[in-house]
Amino acid sequence: MDLIIFYLRKLFTILKNEVLVLPSRVVAVLFFLILLLLPLFTKDAYLLRIFTLTSIFAILAASWDLLSGFTGQMNFGHALFFGVGAYGAALLNKYAGIPPWGTIPLGALGAVLAGLIIGIPCLRLRGTYLALTTLAFPIILMGVVFALPDLTGGELGISGIARLAQSRVADYYITVVVMLGLCTIMWKITDSNTGIIFHAIREDELAVRAAGINTTRYKLLAFCLSGFFAGISGGLYAHFMRIAGPSTLEVSLSFQVVIWAIFGGIVTIYGPVGAVFILFPLLEFMRFWQEYRTLMFACVVLLILLYMPDGLLRWLRDKIEKECPRCKIRNIATRDTCRVCTAPLD
Amino acid sequence: MGLVINIIISGLISGSVFALLAIGFSLIFGVARIVNIAHTAFYMVAAYCIFFVTQKMGLHPVWGMVAAIVLVTLLGIISYKIFINPIREHEGAVLIATIALAMAFQEIMILNFTGTYLSVPSLVKGYLVILGVKVFYQQLLTFCVALLVMAALWVLLMKTKLGLAIRSTAQDREVANLMGINEARVAMITMGISVGLAALTGAVVVPLTILEPHMWMYPLIMMMAVVVLGGLGSLKGSFMGAYILGFAEALVVFLAPMGAFLKGSVALSIMILVLLIRPEGLFGVSFEEER
Repeated sequence: MDLIIFYLRKLFTILKNEVLVLPSRVVAVLFFLILLLLPLFTKDAYLLRIFTLTSIFAILAASWDLLSGFTGQMNFGHALFFGVGAYGAALLNKYAGIPPWGTIPLGALGAVLAGLIIGIPCLRLRGTYLALTTLAFPIILMGVVFALPDLTGGELGISGIARLAQSRVADYYITVVVMLGLCTIMWKITDSNTGIIFHAIREDELAVRAAGINTTRYKLLAFCLSGFFAGISGGLYAHFMRIAGPSTLEVSLSFQVVIWAIFGGIVTIYGPVGAVFILFPLLEFMRFWQEYRTLMFACVVLLILLYMPDGLLRWLRDKIEKECPRCKIRNIATRDTCRVCTAPLD
Repeated sequence: MGLVINIIISGLISGSVFALLAIGFSLIFGVARIVNIAHTAFYMVAAYCIFFVTQKMGLHPVWGMVAAIVLVTLLGIISYKIFINPIREHEGAVLIATIALAMAFQEIMILNFTGTYLSVPSLVKGYLVILGVKVFYQQLLTFCVALLVMAALWVLLMKTKLGLAIRSTAQDREVANLMGINEARVAMITMGISVGLAALTGAVVVPLTILEPHMWMYPLIMMMAVVVLGGLGSLKGSFMGAYILGFAEALVVFLAPMGAFLKGSVALSIMILVLLIRPEGLFGVSFEEER
């Protein structure tokens, strides 16, 4: 009993001293709570479907950020991982009869393999060369998919694979919990030593090499990690939609991922996730003007970029919080002095 | 024998188209470090422009070509001024701004012309027969115009003061600025030339292809492959790379089973194989590190 009270008080203290002092943390906690409690308020299948898809794409966008945002290895072919994950899961489910909880991780391992295969040639390239080369891989795979219609279903894709779960609400909970879990893991990775090395590679690869770190190995690791998370989202997508088609490999999906991530703000993990949760439902709710939907989407992206080229969520965060000039701790923008070292904030 | 002629014609045509597109793309990348995804979208807009002038207004195709090149170049410069110039310092933002621009053009074309397949009559009718294979005059025209334009561009870049300014800005932006070259203006002019090239490509190739709003995707990918294969910023590389990939594509289409599906895959695989041996492309000039 005492132990429980101790933990409760500890939780309360953390909540009061660490979470409530910063609006961005409050928003993060609210985001978790709202997502987890949403089915209690509405059972609307359409709404749940949108949020399930949003969660799946949020994993994808965050995994792009882990690779391209953090290590600076611009990947224009992120759809490759998504497609390999989706096709891997679908093939395993259809021909080997493995249930979804087995096919999704196996599909993700396939995506890791894809990450290794494209990582090894790509690590010799840098910057724009890399970006333009990675664009090629999903298209090569798409050609193979079309050329083997017996196995992959060609243009129609593989349909009739097992459902993720029996009901919409269960689907929703599986994807949302997986999304929250994976995004937290990704955020933790970027906060760890590995993440710091990733970040350093982005800033100055030569300096990192000079510090005695094998940057090639770390870049390959970034490719594999990112491939794994993107593969999971691909597998979830295949089982949720119950079809794995060539649309999972399309150039437009690769571009879409880049748009989401940069729109939210790269090198943050939360940026791409937030951007997907803003842009994807927005695009869905614009279905009343079907013809103008993509046009308006493009215009929104263009206009927002003109005013906040660092990404929407980063811009918002800089508006509501400021950094203490002395101890580099973030404070709410309304404060005059730092909450830790009492240095005056400007 | 007929097959060989077919492969040569098809390879030369697609090679010329890729070369024109890739040279424009590589120009603006070299000068302003802009990866212009919307490059082939301008090519698509030019093609629709010709369709509008010839089919809807009923004018001669030559007027269509002139209108397409002028209007699309203006469009390119305006969109550069409004959307790209203010955020040029943010590389990622420029990237998705150009993607969004391309999407916007595609949607506008769908709204105006619907998504159906359209076609445009050729500028010159008729064909001649070489060894039993029909070679349309339009195909010859496309090839000749491509070669002429590339020659003109070479003269512009190598023999004029503007060309010197463009080349020196591509080599080192800061030093070029210190030497009194108005870097912002050179970037804008280069954008104009680059989009103009895309428009011209669209103008000469449109009678040979089918017009649809998604027609910018495939050339975009091939163009990027060409640019990477030849080496970024190297015009000679783009030229060679374009014909290599053009012929690779033609060979696959005519010889391999399921060739139409695999043509992109094979061309891109060639690009990756070359990159494994020479990471900076065939004629790549290794760019000095950005400061």
